Order: sequence, then structure tokens, then C-alpha cells
Amino acid sequence: MQKKFNSDRYDPLSTERDSLSRRHFIKGVIAAGTVAGAAGLMTGCSDNSNNSASSASVERLVTINVNGRSRPVDVMPNETLAHTLRNKLSLTGTKIGCDRGACGACTVMIDGVTQNSCSILTHTVRKGNVVTVEGVGGVNGQLHPVQTAMIEELAPQCGFCTPGQVVSGVALLQRNPNPTREEVRQALAGNLCRCGAYNNYINAIVNAAGSA
Amino acid sequence: MAYKLIGKDFTPQDVRPKVTGAGKYTEDFKVDGMVYMKMLLCPMPSANVTSFDATDALDMPGVFGVLTADEVPQVEEPGFPMLTNKPRQLGMPIAAIAAETESIAAEALEKIKVTFDPQPFVLDPLESLYPGGTNALDGGNVTGGNIQGKEGVGGNKIHDFKWTARDFAIAGDEKMPMGEAPVEWAVGDVEAAFAEAALIIDEPFVTASSSHAALEPRSVLSYWENGKCFIHGSSQSQSWMMPGLARMMNISLEDIVYVAEYCGGGFGSKASPYPVQGMTAYMSKKIGRPVMLRVTRAEEYHFGGQRPGFQGQVKMGFDKQGKMTACDLYIVQSGGPNRGSGDYSSAAGAVALVYTPTNMRFRGAAVVTNKPWHVSQRGPGQNQIACVIEPLLDKAAKELGIDRIAIRNLNAPEADVKFTNRNSTVTSMFLKDAFSLGADLFKWEEKKKMSGQRNGSKVIGVGVGTAYHSAGSNGFDGLLSIRPDGKLYVHSGVGNLGTYSYAGTSRAAAEVLQCSWDNTVVLRGDSRQGLPWTLAQFGSNSSYTNTRTNFVAATKMKKMLQRLAAQELGDAPEDYDVANESVFHTSDETKIMTFAEAASKAIELGGEWDGHEYPDDLNDVTKSAMKKVVGAGLVSAAKDKIPKEGSVPGMATGYCMIELDTETGKFEILEYHSVADCGTVLHPKGLEQQLRGGAVMGIGEAVLDRVIYDPQNGLCATVGLDQTKPPSILDVPSNMEMSAVDKPDLSNPLGVKGIGEPAMGCAAAALLCAISDATGIYFNRTPVDPDMIINALSGRPQSFKPLQVNT
Repeated sequence: MQKKFNSDRYDPLSTERDSLSRRHFIKGVIAAGTVAGAAGLMTGCSDNSNNSASSASVERLVTINVNGRSRPVDVMPNETLAHTLRNKLSLTGTKIGCDRGACGACTVMIDGVTQNSCSILTHTVRKGNVVTVEGVGGVNGQLHPVQTAMIEELAPQCGFCTPGQVVSGVALLQRNPNPTREEVRQALAGNLCRCGAYNNYINAIVNAAGSA
Repeated sequence: MAYKLIGKDFTPQDVRPKVTGAGKYTEDFKVDGMVYMKMLLCPMPSANVTSFDATDALDMPGVFGVLTADEVPQVEEPGFPMLTNKPRQLGMPIAAIAAETESIAAEALEKIKVTFDPQPFVLDPLESLYPGGTNALDGGNVTGGNIQGKEGVGGNKIHDFKWTARDFAIAGDEKMPMGEAPVEWAVGDVEAAFAEAALIIDEPFVTASSSHAALEPRSVLSYWENGKCFIHGSSQSQSWMMPGLARMMNISLEDIVYVAEYCGGGFGSKASPYPVQGMTAYMSKKIGRPVMLRVTRAEEYHFGGQRPGFQGQVKMGFDKQGKMTACDLYIVQSGGPNRGSGDYSSAAGAVALVYTPTNMRFRGAAVVTNKPWHVSQRGPGQNQIACVIEPLLDKAAKELGIDRIAIRNLNAPEADVKFTNRNSTVTSMFLKDAFSLGADLFKWEEKKKMSGQRNGSKVIGVGVGTAYHSAGSNGFDGLLSIRPDGKLYVHSGVGNLGTYSYAGTSRAAAEVLQCSWDNTVVLRGDSRQGLPWTLAQFGSNSSYTNTRTNFVAATKMKKMLQRLAAQELGDAPEDYDVANESVFHTSDETKIMTFAEAASKAIELGGEWDGHEYPDDLNDVTKSAMKKVVGAGLVSAAKDKIPKEGSVPGMATGYCMIELDTETGKFEILEYHSVADCGTVLHPKGLEQQLRGGAVMGIGEAVLDRVIYDPQNGLCATVGLDQTKPPSILDVPSNMEMSAVDKPDLSNPLGVKGIGEPAMGCAAAALLCAISDATGIYFNRTPVDPDMIINALSGRPQSFKPLQVNT
């Protein structure tokens, strides 16, 4: 499994991240031994029910830790984490904008590291702790300071990229409680926002760092 | 006027669900028995389907049905078909399969036996205008306009239109061929003005098509319950969708339920009903199951809309002082295989208004091609032409020795401007104030001195940009209810594009009724709430249009409260005022009715009070909404009949400083400042968002965003976000400054105008001007990429000819 960033500082000149993670992702699918799964991958779809016509695509019960809870779930070998979260665990805060690891709307944390959940196979995270946007706040629905600051800053516009921005911001503050604006910028580099609310997201995360 | 709510920041109700992930976008809904649909798309740019056999697909376990072109309404050229056997673009839907899972549907698609007869195709509008050139559609190649003496031409129909070989021969490769134009207008005499001009600038230009690339694809969920058709969609608009969807499904307005509480971006591409919405609903009707269509990113590039590209020539004459005395503009607009938008005409209107040329001629042709659906994108026409004209205005300023803001100021309109052949007027104009404020805030004089400063291979460039959009409309309906819970309910038919204008404009009603925002509820996002008719959330219009509708409905509501109190408590309606969620006697404090009491009384009285009776001039959509609101409390519905003369000009100016590396052609934007003339500021944080977000998208338009097609096979080379390159956070400055002139437009009761679109165009223009300032080169093309900069700086020819597209 590839980390989204090799270090805190994203190197924009490196091609390593996209090419490697994509290659690993496809290798993961092939290792799972399903031709039909690969076809599904290429057409950009994923299964959402418990029985499939594809004989090779046998589901297996796995348990993954999501937002601090053990969640047993039947997954297909070729199933992405984004689909498991959204369609089987009803955690629809994680959005799918491209399904190709290009936009970051599906960003989640796995063991504290941000990942594009559309490009991670669920069966590969059985040993990891997954945190989604639904899990960054307190147990009783309290918001994380990053979320509070985003509300105060009126950071989101259409809001579709926002869960990913929240998760990237929370992950940053976990490893760097007092980031500079430039460090926030680098940490959000994998999260596209077509509305262009970038400045507001930076403001919010810097403000949250002060109050976190 | 001292407002309690207008001009103040607040937290719209949908912000929290956006940051928690609880906000439900179309794909987040699940309905019992829901199945998934996938589409068979045309794999080539133009073809006729010669055979189609889905037998094997239908035999697969888990497949529920196939939907073909024969089962859905067909449209005439140049309409956008839902499903077709004559696909005229790559990725046009031919058929759809519904199955238990998406994988089954995808496998089933592969089992459909379909054969195609490939047809000639055209991607470059100029090729289509060449004698004998390919027409993208059977009926012709040009939409819009009137050619005298040719039968059956005009309006929005398609016609066959060619220039002569001589037109092309005269022009050569370096200049736009300028044959007869389907659309033409003139003011004054440009030729005479050119003869007397101190300076003439005459340049060809190209602006690339680009994808809207909204982050949420246009997914659809549809199901039928008790004869009603439910559609969950990703749309900019709410009430605007209703009539089109009803027509698409051939059912009455009453039978459409439209849910669009959240929309993950549209930028013009999700303004009106789109064919996949109908397709999903027809499939659901056919198989009797709820159907979810998850549109993929690649599909979004095929039918999600693109900004029309321009090829053109602009000739401008200036006097010694820098006044633009003549402008001769010719634009050929690239469209998809369907009726496009009026970008080229809007571009001409923008030139006429922003630079007020004394004499002007506009000629234009909207040419259809076998590229995807082209549709309005943020600042349709105005923003492309800002990218063309603004750098050339700098070129003129340089040659005439005039300051670049000064030349813009000199040519800027006043409030009494008359522009285009229609002698159009404006409702207000404070562009000069914006330049003056912008120059101060950006410290233009200081920054200008830094222009050209070198640091190793890096050089400083400074630019200013201007953009306009007609930013407001009128004649729509407002609907309010005061309910027994004592709260004011604003029924908003505005969509949720992410601008929060649905909320900002609702505050107009609360302001008039002096109701606290805490006790104001905005109903929206689901037609079952009873939502009034209003314009789509496009064209920067919502702030202006819906402050008016809500003002009108609230003014009526206030009178109703006064009459009701007088009727129940005695004395005349004028003796009562409204505030603090109550109607009270101004000189007898015992005579008071709370909103809750008024609502209960209204329900008791019925008739005109609780929505049983309403004005006949309301739109059918509002009348349909009344049926859902009736009896809810005290109900006020009214049509906006406040006078409005002229266009409502949203004006924006941008100021930009860059450091450009002459060895790599890359640059960093060091500073960006934007100053808007958007009337009275309605919602400061919302305005900031629009100016900043517009700037980001403008940076994309100037230097990044484009779509490219392979000229040999007509296939799309840009089907991913990594390929069309919408700006990332690293492409834009981390702090952009925003300000507004904040002077009221008196045609709006609260002084408000829109701004979303010019916010983008001014940034695109300012950046291009800064690049030209740093390099001394005028590219006459967007986007400007580092290769072009390097080629130009090193004296190498560009890799394309001046009017070439798909570069």
C-alpha cells in the first residue's frame, strides 16, 4: 500500500505517487484473482449487492476498523474502500469525484495517513484503522476544530470536495499541530476544489490549528 | 439604509452538513429495490447504428431491462437526444441496461451486439465552413442567425452554411477568413473610424473549449410512486427544472417530484434538465424499479458539457488618447452536435459595454461539430472575450504610452451607457469606482514599477483585468408562509450551487418583516416543500432576481399581517407594524399578534389568508407549489412586478502580479486582488467566496483548462481531471484579497446585483495581462501554457497555426 505522500512535503515533481499507487491498485485486483473484477474496474463500476453473476467474484466476510468500530462486511475481491464505505457501511460522507485517485473527494485516513479510498482495495485494509469524515469529530457528534473553523470561514461552496478537505486537514494537524499556510497548502494538494475555495480551506485549517 | 441582515455574515443551514459529510448528494440516496443503470455510448465521433441486438444481455441473470432510442422521445436536430441511433458525437448514449449491480450492467453492455456505420465527422468549425466541408449534423452545420434570401433559415434551427474558397485564400493561415456571417450587427461606421485611428490592432485569436469539470458527476436516481415521477438530480437549479422534466417525461407538473438539496458544482453545465435524467426515469418506468445512474468522470467529459471555444479576428482602432473608436469583431463559435449557447453574441455585447467603442461591428457564426455538447460555462462569452481583448488593450496602451488602468478607465462605461445595435442600457454602473478602489488596494503605481524586474531567470509581470456579466433578472415569484410555530418560512426555488444565494436572498424577506434569522426557515431542495417559480441558478442572477421576489412577497406579507391585525384587534392596518415575529399596534401595546397567532388565525379564516386564494399571474410552477402550502399558515405569494429597465451589470476587476521563469515558462502568482461592482453587498463572506473561487477558475481558463480531440479519429484525449487540469491548490496563491465598491443598484429594492461570473473573467484576463507584461508577448490564445511561453521567448515558432484548434 502506498502512502498518499511520501513525506509531509509533497513533491510536485515526483511522478511516483500516481503511477505507483495505480500500479499497486491494479496488481491488487489481479492478485485477488478475478477477471470480471478487472472488467468492472475498467468500466468504473463496483458491486453493491450480495450476489453477483460473476462466478469468480466471490465475496468474503472481512472485518475492518472504521471510525473506531469493528465493522464486519462482505466484500468483493475487487471492491474499493470508497465503495465499501459508501454502499455497505452507509458512510456516504466519503465522495467519489473521479474514482481514479485524481480528485481527493474520497480521502480517508488509514492509520493516520491520507489515502484516496477509491484507489484502495477494501481487503487490503483489514489490519488498518480507517477514519472517514464521519469519524473525525467527537463520539457525541461534536465537530472537530477543523470542521468548526470551516463553518466559521464559510469554507465549502458546493461541498462535494469538503469531506476530503476536512480529512486532509485533520490528518495534517495530527502530525503537525501548527502548520504554516504553505504547509497546509501542500497537505491539501491532493484535494481538488472546482469551486476554488482553496484560500478558505487554508484559512480554516490555520485557524483550527490555533484552537485544536 | 441600516439593515439588520443585508450585508451581514451568517451561517447558512447547509454548511454544517457539508463539513460533516451528512449532506446528501444524489448518489448518497438509497431506495428499496434500487437497481443500477449503465449506458452504451457511441465509441466514435459520428455513426449510424445499423443493428442492435440485446438478447444475450437480457438473458443474463440480474439484468432487468434494456432501454433503446425507440422507447424515449426523440428530438429534432440540433436537439440533444436522450438515446439515439444516429449518435453524432463520441460518447453519445445509444442504449442503457439496468441490472442488479453495476458490474452486471457493465457485463451485459458488452453482450449487446451492435454495429455502426461510421459517418464523416468534423472537429474544427473552420473546416466545416470550407466549401464542401463536413457538416456535423444531417441538417447542416450552423445554428442561429438569419441569412437573407435562404429558405428555412433562422431561429434556432440548423442550416447548411459555407464560406467561399476565396474567403479562405484571402485570409491565408495567419488571419481569420471572414466570409458572410449568419449573425451580424453594426453601430456607426467602423471602416471610417479605422481610417482616422491613431493606432490599429488587428489580431486573430483562439480560446479553447474547456470542461466544466464539476466535482460531482451528474448522477440520477429516479423512481415512480403512485403515478408520480421522483427524480433526484445534481442541478444548479430547483424550480427551473420542473417544466422541462415534466415535458421530458410527458407528464404534468403535479406529477414531478424533484429533489436536489445539494449539487456538487455545475458552473453552467447543470442549469437545466439534462437527458440522462429523463433516460433514468424512463428506465425506472419501464422496469418498475428505482434506478440509479452513477455517471463516471469519463462519461462526464462526454456529456457533461464544455465551454464553446472561439476562433476569431478582432480589429480595434484607437485615438491618441486611447479611446477605442472602432471595434470589428468576428467570432466563430465551436459547438457540439446540438444547439449551443449564445456565447459569441454575449461576447460582442460585453465588448460593446466594457470598452464602449464608438463604432462597432460584430459578425459571428455558431458552428456545430462532432465534439460533445457545448453549453454555457461561467461567464459564457464574456469571459472568453475578456481573455482576448484585455491583453490587446494592454498592447494598445503600451504603443500609445498610456497607463493600463487609465486606458480601461477612459473606455469604461458610465451609468447612461447605450451599447450594441439594440441601444441596451444598464441599471447601474460603478466600474470606474472599481478601478479606482482596485488601484489603491493593489497599490497599482508601486506594483507597476516592479514590472519587468529581473531576479536571475525570473521576471515580474503585473496585470489588470475586467469582466462583465448581465447579473440579474425579474418577473419571477416569491412565496412565504408564517406557520403556527411562529416562524417565517421562505420557500426558495433557487438551486444550491454552493453560492449560498438561496440563503442570502431569503434574508431579504426576513429583513422586510424584521424577523430574526434564527426564526427564519428556508425551505428548498425538494419540490414537495412547495417551491415557487424562479430562474435557474445561472447567469449570476440569483442574488438580484430573488432578493426582488422575496422582497415582493414579504412586502405583501407585511400588509397581510397589518390587515389581519386590524381586522382582529381593531383600528386601521396603517396603525400596525411588523417586527420581532409579531404584528403590533404602534400606539397601543395591548394590541399585538404574534406570528404564531397570526398563522393560526389565517388557517382558521382560510381563503386569501392561508393560500387557498392566490394571484392569477403566478407561474404554473408556483400555482402547483400553492397546493402543497395551502393551509400551512399565513401564506403570501406574489409575482415580482417591480420595474426594471436594462441589463443588470455585474462588473469585476482583477489585479495580479506574477513572477515568471523565462527558462521554464512557469510562473507563480505572487498576489491577486479583486474588486467588484455588485451593488450593495448582500453577504460579505459569500461575495468573498465568489470572487476567490472565480479567480481560481479564471486562472484555470487562462493557463490550464482545455479539452483536446485527436483530429484523425475524433477521440477525446482529455477524459480525466489530471488531463483537463482544473487548478489545484498549488496553482493559485494562498491568499487572495477581495473588495467591493458596495454602491446600490437602485433597480433592486435592496441594491443588490450578482457577481459570480465576472469574478472569473477578470482574473483570467488579469493573469494573461501579467504574462504578457512579463514576456512582452501577446499570445491571442487560451490557455497559455509554458511551452507557448518558452517558444515565444526563444523566438521559436509555436507548434500550431494562429487559428488552429485542439492544440
